[in-house]
Amino acid sequence: MAAIASAEESGTQIPVPAARKVTRRRSLPVWRWAILLIAAAYFLIPLYAALRFAGFKAFTQVVGYQDFGSAFVLSLRLALIATVLTLALMVPTTVYVHLRLPQIRRVMEAITILPIVIPPIVLIIGVLKVAPGFLLGSANLLGLEYVILAMPFAYWSLDAGLRSFDAKTLVEASNSLGAGWPTTLWRVVIPNLRTAMLSATVLTVALVLGEYTMASLDNFQTFPVWIVNFEQNSGPVSVAASLLALLVTWILLMLIVTVGSRSARRHGTGQVQLFSISTQSASRIIGEPE
Amino acid sequence: MTTNTTAGTTAGVLGRTGDGAGAPVVLQALSRSFGTVRALTGLSLDIAPGELVALLGPSGCGKTTALRIVAGFETADSGLVTVDGKDVSPVPAAKRDMGMVFQSYSLFPNMTAIENVGFGLRMRKQRSAQRTKRAGELLEMVGLSPQARQYPHQLSGGQQQRVALARALAIEPRVLLLDEPLSALDAKVRLQLREQIRALQQRLGTTTLFVTHDQEEALSMADRVGVMKDGKLEQIATPGELYARPATTFVAEFVGTMNRLPGDYQGGDQVSVLGTVVPLLGEPPELAGEVDVLIRPEGLTIEAVPGGNGIVTDRTFLGSFTRVSVRLSGDVAVKVDKTSTGAASLVPGTSVQIGVPGDEPVLVAPRS
Repeated sequence: MAAIASAEESGTQIPVPAARKVTRRRSLPVWRWAILLIAAAYFLIPLYAALRFAGFKAFTQVVGYQDFGSAFVLSLRLALIATVLTLALMVPTTVYVHLRLPQIRRVMEAITILPIVIPPIVLIIGVLKVAPGFLLGSANLLGLEYVILAMPFAYWSLDAGLRSFDAKTLVEASNSLGAGWPTTLWRVVIPNLRTAMLSATVLTVALVLGEYTMASLDNFQTFPVWIVNFEQNSGPVSVAASLLALLVTWILLMLIVTVGSRSARRHGTGQVQLFSISTQSASRIIGEPE
Repeated sequence: MTTNTTAGTTAGVLGRTGDGAGAPVVLQALSRSFGTVRALTGLSLDIAPGELVALLGPSGCGKTTALRIVAGFETADSGLVTVDGKDVSPVPAAKRDMGMVFQSYSLFPNMTAIENVGFGLRMRKQRSAQRTKRAGELLEMVGLSPQARQYPHQLSGGQQQRVALARALAIEPRVLLLDEPLSALDAKVRLQLREQIRALQQRLGTTTLFVTHDQEEALSMADRVGVMKDGKLEQIATPGELYARPATTFVAEFVGTMNRLPGDYQGGDQVSVLGTVVPLLGEPPELAGEVDVLIRPEGLTIEAVPGGNGIVTDRTFLGSFTRVSVRLSGDVAVKVDKTSTGAASLVPGTSVQIGVPGDEPVLVAPRS
């Protein structure tokens, strides 16, 4: 048996893709760099201009302004509520649809697109109509509205995540080994959805930290609302606040991605990327040896 | 019916307390439809304890559906599956004690090889230390001890399927179910793993149902092979019998290579082909006149003769023998096996005489 093992190892050990990677990089055409540069210029020049306009001093002033702290904390709190609720609702739903009701996936896709199609004002009125009394006037209600807004992004991330591995076979394997549904979900499905769940988290957090319309219509001073209100007072300072908001969001997302990638790498489940198209799952999709 | 005499002799590897033999499995008149598609139409099958039965058939013949019903992933519309004499229909898959190896890689990507193997033991509430020890033993059994701490993506396809086999066997299943476990692997690994699975199965004496569309796999591994067509068994027999005495023309042509030669059948138990009268295999068919006679490549004789009844068109060297393609008059193409030394002179274009010895019984089919 040992002979069988060693013969096979020498014959079919995973090929080292280094050579291929080198040739691919070498053949990278010039126009790709051109596109990259144009895109970079498009995004970075306005940022640079804003930075010049605001000046360094404005940044130090922002933090000291009235309500900055409370607005920032409110946004973080909403991000937390929205993320937790979104995952709690969408993970079981998406898994169930994927495994048990694949025929209604189309319907799900259509439903999840609704929050993007329906104007925020309509959503707000709808929520206000059905919301129980104790939630009215509470910031938690805004958190619930963000759950609706985050639904499409969460669904698409999780759906992509479920497609990146053979969930049906893994679930059946787990069943045949004696694991019931809750155990299978907890020990088999969720660990392999970690990347997708992190994508969903990143998107939800980014959405909440940048959402203005709903918060302002609902009369809550979240961070974006605060920035807009602030604008009336001082040009440079409000620009500095916007840049700060961008920076904070970016740092937060990097943090999530870094932490997520580290734990994913430890388990060999690839990098955390948006919509969870990791190199590993991508190569599986296009049929390359991993 | 072939029973496995080696069953249980080395079952101690797994620390079995019982006699080490698997359970008898009976499939009784299983039927299953998916919409208008009838996947199974009354499949019945008896598997003896410790026996390896392969279900062989073209895709869509219902073999995988049958396996999935036994596993508990599908339910039959009608019919019964019993294990050890007990109906398992009300038992959910998680409680059936059946080890399964899947066609696609099914290792849990978030667990190492040894954690994968130990998963079923963990579900059976075994302590961590004991679990690791037994999982380690099983990995050793499939020759993968050095890879115990590796994750599935660090293993080759063959290694992954060996871990999957160890994982399925770890729970000491009453029945082992193999759903085309080798079809995703390349030819060389497939061959090695085939032998390894068979050796392990015989050693442990686990009753095994094996589904495949690869006849070579089925014939080389199974105690008995059931050939399926349209949701039913066409024939179930030992590999040798299936090859030598196919019950139907479908089995004859699905298993191994088969020539169709024009023959003349006038009733009774003999048929005339290439000027020779040959006995019929099985019941006389309800045919008359021009028929096709089914003869295997090794059942024909070939001789280089000027002005013979055929011309060599091609030949394939297969080691000890060579398969010679010959065109007979009437544009009939046949393949004939000849020892490679004997076939050396049969270059394409050679005129040959093809003959039928006349002692092996043959099947006849309507002229196609």
